[in-house]
Amino acid sequence: MRTHQPGASAKLAIRFGAVALVFLVASCGGTPSSTSTPASHFPLSITEPGGTIVTIVRQPHRIVSLSPSATEMLFAIGAGPQVVAVDDQSNYPATAPATKLSGFTPNIEAIASYTPDLVVAAEDTGGLVHGVQALNVPILVEPAAKNLEDTYAQIKQLGAATGHPAEADSLVASMRSQVGSFVASVSKPTRRLRVYHELDNTYYSVTSATFIGQVYKLLGLTNIADAATAATPDYPQLSPEFIVSSNPDLIVLADTKCCRQDINTVAARPGWRAIGAVKSGQVVGVDDDVASRWGPRIIDFMRAVAVHVQQLEKAA
Amino acid sequence: MLGVKARPNPLALRGLPNLPWIWTAAGGLALVASCGIGVLVGPVHIGVGTVVQAFLGGAIDPGQANILWSLRIPRVVLGVLVGGTLAVAGAAYQGVFRNALADPYLLGAAAGANLGATLAIAFAPGTSILGVNVIPLAAFVGAGAAVAGAYALGRSVTGLRSATGLILAGVAIAAFFNSIQSYVQQTQTSSIRQVYSWILGRLVTAGWDDVLLVLPYVLLSMAVIYLHRRLLDALTLGEDEITSLGIPVRRVRLIVVVAATLGTAAVVAVGGTIAFVGIIVPHTIRLLAGRSYRVVIPLSVLFGAAFLVLADTAARTVVAPAELPIGVITAFLGAPFFIAVMRSTRAATL
Repeated sequence: MRTHQPGASAKLAIRFGAVALVFLVASCGGTPSSTSTPASHFPLSITEPGGTIVTIVRQPHRIVSLSPSATEMLFAIGAGPQVVAVDDQSNYPATAPATKLSGFTPNIEAIASYTPDLVVAAEDTGGLVHGVQALNVPILVEPAAKNLEDTYAQIKQLGAATGHPAEADSLVASMRSQVGSFVASVSKPTRRLRVYHELDNTYYSVTSATFIGQVYKLLGLTNIADAATAATPDYPQLSPEFIVSSNPDLIVLADTKCCRQDINTVAARPGWRAIGAVKSGQVVGVDDDVASRWGPRIIDFMRAVAVHVQQLEKAA
Repeated sequence: MLGVKARPNPLALRGLPNLPWIWTAAGGLALVASCGIGVLVGPVHIGVGTVVQAFLGGAIDPGQANILWSLRIPRVVLGVLVGGTLAVAGAAYQGVFRNALADPYLLGAAAGANLGATLAIAFAPGTSILGVNVIPLAAFVGAGAAVAGAYALGRSVTGLRSATGLILAGVAIAAFFNSIQSYVQQTQTSSIRQVYSWILGRLVTAGWDDVLLVLPYVLLSMAVIYLHRRLLDALTLGEDEITSLGIPVRRVRLIVVVAATLGTAAVVAVGGTIAFVGIIVPHTIRLLAGRSYRVVIPLSVLFGAAFLVLADTAARTVVAPAELPIGVITAFLGAPFFIAVMRSTRAATL
């Protein structure tokens, strides 16, 4: 049991500040990082999450990223200046060199036109790996993370592959410490708080088996979608009857961009005004992208949720 | 034109049977029973006594009252409207085109609705016009535009001398609209889940506002088709014969197609493009109760409504508290049932 002391929040604030600074430095793509490692640890071999061994001969300077999450990781570890092209879904950070390349229907010739020396993708669709290998270009597949440990591992792997292992290590360390502070900031409540996470306005949700579901679990929340795991283990479409009767304490809207949902549109749905979260105003809108990627910004998402959990605990 | 045409026999029309009362009673009973099941069964348990008490105006738990009146009952009512309309529109299309494979989507209504909805989901999410969400509006407009386009194309090519020209125009329009829809979906990958959820059909978000939105179109559509049931019987004689009887074939076809399209466009706008109802319900009725449109039209409304309410009840209970797309249920339950009916009646009348 953790009690709130006056000093604790100040310490937390300092920690937030320090981390914000780390983020600022990391996302300043243009300035070369002072901690840049000499390219001496190349050539190197990397074992992908899928088990494939990828050999990278020299430090890559023409990276093509077809994965929005990987793009965010690359820029956060200071490899941004080495990235020459990102796919059409990679919209963060704003300095990423956006192109029309697609990670869903990859076009090998279009990728080749950037003369990459490393390609990073989230999945092997449309013969991507085979095609890129045929160009004699190394390709790393970093698939959707299942939990924060996967994210940490991918950040470190990208750090090694791009010659920024020290930055990757410090990013992971700071993420770990922030996650720890968020978890510590929510005292374990006597009554378990229920959360409903919404992917779109036809009530698709996430269970605890998903990456985002893991975050709720860490914060000690009960996910109402877990009741549906028998039929649909990951992303069930929930019955509105069930959502209303589950009476969630917190509603997280990850459909603020796709479907422009907010507390008002939620309150206007038939029968939803009776939900505790709607009555108490605990309906939080998050950036769809942040809540659907497994990059460093998961910290922002977790912070937003943690703040609401703290509010709920105070009100209880 | 060769030789002398055989004189049509107007008596042939009178020879067709009227709707037997036993079938009306069966249809009414099926509808009432399915609505009863629809109201009583759901992911949240609400006892029979509670439901009866709620209907008699008694005070029940406010949480259960909220679920019953705000969520479950409007969904059942919307299921009635959607199912009845899709089935009767399918029967009407089969009548005017004298084609057993015709369904309400024959002239591109589904392709148009899907394209309209996809465009709205991808480019104008969450916007509304005059308080109505833009997705159903776009689907309604898309469905109407596709059928109007098919009609104009069919008329310019064949002058509507034959129904085949119109059907082929509808096929071409549907293929064209589908290609644009696929392209938009491909380029707007973030909206894939919503588009997919739309295309497979959904009554998940149903509320009273949806019911009120479609009710005028549904009633108008059903009334017009019902009033044309005798002319649909007449059309079965063949175009040349009934033209000589003084029945304006092209005008009848236009009126019935417009009415059926209006109803279809309205219900797909709120329910998505639910498959198969417009085919199996009228054909099952033909096999069991008779081929006359005086039988098929009213019974399609009753049994179509009952079928969709049951399918939707399955959609929200089979994997509760998760939902199944209703289009999956209508085809999964509908296809084997229809084959069983065909086998048992030996399909002599198809």
